[in-house]
Amino acid sequence: MKKLLVILEKEFRQVFRNPAILRMVLVMPVIQLLVFPFAANYEVKNVSLSVVDHDHSSYSQKFINKISGSQYFKLVDYSPSYDKAMRTIESGEADLIVEIPAGFEKALVNENKSSMLIAVNAVNGVKANLGGAYAASIIRDFNAEIRTDWIQFPSFNPQPTINVTSSSWYNPTMNYKIFMVPAILVTLLTMIGSLMAALNIVHEKEIGTIEQINVSPITKVQFILGKLIPFWIMGLVTLTLGLLVSWLFYDIVPVGSLALIYVFGMVFLFTLLGVGLLMSTYAETQTQATFVSFFVMMLFMLLGGLYTPIESMPEWARWITKVNPVAYFIEVMRMIVLKGSTFADVRTDFFSVLGLGIFFNTWAVINYRKRS
Amino acid sequence: MNAITVDHIVKTYGSKKQVLTALDDISFEVKKGELFGIIGPDGAGKTSLFRILTTLLLAEGGTATVDGYDVVKDYKQIRKSVGYMPGKFSLYQDLSVEENLEFFATIFNTSIDQNYDLIKDIYVQIEPFKKRRAGKLSGGMKQKLALCCALIHKPSVLFLDEPTTGVDAVSRKEFWDMLKDLKKQGITILVSTPYMDEAAMCDRVALIQSGKIMSIETPENIVKEFEGELWAVRSADMYRLLNDLKQYKYTESCNSFGEYHHLLLTKNQGGKEGVLKYLNELSHKNILLEHTAPNIEDRFMQLMKNT
Repeated sequence: MKKLLVILEKEFRQVFRNPAILRMVLVMPVIQLLVFPFAANYEVKNVSLSVVDHDHSSYSQKFINKISGSQYFKLVDYSPSYDKAMRTIESGEADLIVEIPAGFEKALVNENKSSMLIAVNAVNGVKANLGGAYAASIIRDFNAEIRTDWIQFPSFNPQPTINVTSSSWYNPTMNYKIFMVPAILVTLLTMIGSLMAALNIVHEKEIGTIEQINVSPITKVQFILGKLIPFWIMGLVTLTLGLLVSWLFYDIVPVGSLALIYVFGMVFLFTLLGVGLLMSTYAETQTQATFVSFFVMMLFMLLGGLYTPIESMPEWARWITKVNPVAYFIEVMRMIVLKGSTFADVRTDFFSVLGLGIFFNTWAVINYRKRS
Repeated sequence: MNAITVDHIVKTYGSKKQVLTALDDISFEVKKGELFGIIGPDGAGKTSLFRILTTLLLAEGGTATVDGYDVVKDYKQIRKSVGYMPGKFSLYQDLSVEENLEFFATIFNTSIDQNYDLIKDIYVQIEPFKKRRAGKLSGGMKQKLALCCALIHKPSVLFLDEPTTGVDAVSRKEFWDMLKDLKKQGITILVSTPYMDEAAMCDRVALIQSGKIMSIETPENIVKEFEGELWAVRSADMYRLLNDLKQYKYTESCNSFGEYHHLLLTKNQGGKEGVLKYLNELSHKNILLEHTAPNIEDRFMQLMKNT
């Protein structure tokens, strides 16, 4: 016990003398939390629109006004022909073309139906999808307007319509940031847990101090605990800072229990530190450790449900997320912060992360050798 | 009882395709309280041997004991009772002199005060800088601090892997004086060095080359083992002299040694006159040729050539 205290004292001394680590733990999370949620945004706005109007009628004019007046589109080009409009897509000026054929109004009035063309630049899939959908919904709206225009008097037999009113639970204003901030906080803990602890141990390998430690009565468990505990505490400091930032800047106060967040955070950090430790037992240099950590972290984050919902991933990817502690914690953070879930709701996730933690740490301890 | 016994130790590196034998069936013993030197060039296998004895590396074959404990079975005991100073400075650079020493004292369940006598003579030299970070010390100071840290738990056996490599001549001399003092306190010391001149400071030395021990003797006896008569030669043009002497038909070996070349003749054929005649023919000037006593390096070169 006394030895462990001495090792901890030494580790903390070194941490406080290393300004880079302090900055990583204190400043980086604050900056990331302040920048990321604003920049990383799903909502597609400012889709550049090119219009080809062959009709030049009052209805086509009305439609163009309607679509360019919406907040999703901005009219950048007004071309006389489809080919000309296509050129603006090729040059990247426009994202979407709306072509209104000649005789659009005539057909609409005489035959009660008409058609138009929407062409989307699908290089950016998300933008194309959403842009197309927005345009379609505007056309639908326009269609409904025309209909009400023409039906001057309430008819005896009005067309039945279903009016849909939706309500968004747990995030009534559909605020994107409330959804992202808790998840970004998880990725910050992931960085500290897996990368920094791994680098620290490999650093001792690189400068050779581990040799001197190995020829001493320190046991490997003492050495490993001496490495894990400081980063575990630093992770909790980061978590606290992150929660403070989300409260102060985004006004996000967890609906659920703060204590539950911390308990889950502690277990999550334990697991992540185990992953970092495991990498450090295999890596010989800090460069190796960095590359491996990056690979693992990318995997954890992209398959963690940070940007894309796990439910829409293919079967095999969903299996990977089962052994991804980050996926559990992102989900649980959102549940606790937005929904106010209790321990009973997150129990399965809790024990899954704990189990993964025991697995990774045991593997790491077994693989850590004091001799080669 | 011997402090260290090494019995047919074999260590190889690499896979099937390219096997490098670092230690090839090595055996020797070090008595309690002895200052034993492992002398050999870089790559001879010195560090591998040290790492096996300090339980950091597993040998492929053979057994070894330190202080009566087996290096494989009783490694925990060995780690408690030996001091190890690796060739590369491996203390915490971001901790101060004092903090390093304290740290190593505590992890060995002791304190600085408890064994202060042992390190006193060395520590007083670095004490003025005790608040300084270890990384900011000069090379010689670092080495003294490393020695203090390796000694602070009063080890029964001290392993010093190339402690004087990269240290200036004065510090080297000081360091060997320190080792002699430690020897008086009854500590067994195993030290490795690539410098032949340091061999003379040891009680016994093992000459090692390519993983094999060529000779284990006291420094005096190693010199006595030298076969043949050795000549020291010099002239005005030393470089040409060396090349010419190597061409001489009776030359067994000729090596440059400071201001002289050491020349050994094949079974003393030709003698002094023969050499002088040969050199005069090649119009060397200011020739000086005299008998000289062989040193350990001469013997090492001879052994190297014969194997």
